[in-house]
Amino acid sequence: MAGYNNTNITPPRWLLAELTYACPLQCPYCSNPLDYAKYKTELSTDDWKRVFSQARQLGAVQLGLSGGEPLTRQDLPELVKHARDLGYYTNLITSGYGMDEAKIMQLKDAGLDHIQVSIQASSQELNDHIAGTASFEHKKQVAHLVKKHGYPMVLCVVIHRENIHQMPEILAMAEELGADYLELANTQYYGWAHTNRDLLLPTKEQFAEAEAIAQAFKEKVAGKMKIYYVVPDFYEDRPKACMNGWGTTFLTIAPDGVALPCHSARELPGLDCPNVNDDSIADIWYESKAFNFFRGYEWMQEPCRSCDEKEKDFGGCRCQAYLLTGDMHNTDPVCSKSPKHEVITQAINSAKATALAADEKPLLFRNSKNSKAFY
Amino acid sequence: MTINPDQPISFSRLHRLQWEEAQQKHVILYPEGMVELNQSSAAILQMCDGTRKLAEIVSDLENQFAATGLHNDISAFLEVALSNGWIQQH
Ligand code: SF4
Ligand code: SF4
Repeated sequence: MAGYNNTNITPPRWLLAELTYACPLQCPYCSNPLDYAKYKTELSTDDWKRVFSQARQLGAVQLGLSGGEPLTRQDLPELVKHARDLGYYTNLITSGYGMDEAKIMQLKDAGLDHIQVSIQASSQELNDHIAGTASFEHKKQVAHLVKKHGYPMVLCVVIHRENIHQMPEILAMAEELGADYLELANTQYYGWAHTNRDLLLPTKEQFAEAEAIAQAFKEKVAGKMKIYYVVPDFYEDRPKACMNGWGTTFLTIAPDGVALPCHSARELPGLDCPNVNDDSIADIWYESKAFNFFRGYEWMQEPCRSCDEKEKDFGGCRCQAYLLTGDMHNTDPVCSKSPKHEVITQAINSAKATALAADEKPLLFRNSKNSKAFY
Repeated sequence: MTINPDQPISFSRLHRLQWEEAQQKHVILYPEGMVELNQSSAAILQMCDGTRKLAEIVSDLENQFAATGLHNDISAFLEVALSNGWIQQH
């Protein structure tokens, strides 16, 4: 914001390239924007290469290739090769749909460092229901192939009310598949998950039970498997330090070239997010309005402004503040010091009431037809 | 976890050790993570090439830095590295 000194800006370290919004799956917690179907243009191969080169020059070293489903991009091996030649550590974040052994080998040759496969549940029935597509057996096969070809295997399971009871089976599945890393990601309620929150948010008791099981497992597999546990912030007293601070570390590029300080920032009003078709990554990172908007502490309102914890959590998540309080400058309402903290309690109660209701409304699946209702 | 003195030490297949020009330091890269290394940690890890055992790593580093008595510091660091999965023996 005004007065923020450019020389204080740290360079980006992580580049998240959302190569496409196309995806054969329909996860109802998808973090893509609700109106994703409206963004039809995709950057070309050369555009992405230019973006990778420019961000690498600034200091980005971790590259996430995601989407949508990045495997729908036919130029994926070419992009991986370019990124690897630049010295990136390349992470492919995939549902596994559309992957086969030939592709895995081709990507390995191109220099891909790691593949993260997401599985929706530990049973075929539930996996295929949540994914909106029959995919369970294939995903397990892909996980085996990832191992077989010497990649570190990261298994990612997004946790919510429909699968949280499967925690013991999910852990057993990770062990059976030989995962090197297991990401247990409690759903973060943006995008489609925000819309489906009443149907996805577990109760506090469910969280506590699942967490205890995961914790015991973590000790059991220490040294063999690393567990990343993404905490459910609705049940915390303090918000998460979102994006490690706005515009300090993370740079997301959406399929159409829009540069975002966080992958949900597209939902925030008035940021005028820049596009890589118009500006260089250096200009975007150092000079753009969007990336400077929530840098530093000047933008804060009370209680964050005078809080002695602001350097720890940066006031929490801007998207969560916006979605739940209507003003993106507000304290993240997850914080117990937030004057709007009751919206979290209301959300929890509303989800509980929905769970107890006899006639649950159906989940809204992430697909183009449903997306069109949002624009 | 302790280092077996009779087995050579190699750098993990699942991690990458790399010089970062922008940061002017070595880093370890792994799925969704990065560890920044100081000069001495990087020097130790570069010795873990699957041919040297602990004693050889110590003597080579003592030669390289014209120092003595590094054994304890090096083996302490290697134990941390082993428990983090950055190096392996077998
Ligand atoms: S969360 Fe599901 S629907 Fe969304 S991009 Fe990933 S696999 Fe596709
Ligand atoms: S008031 Fe703001 S800065 Fe303080 S702990 Fe809560 S969110 Fe963090």
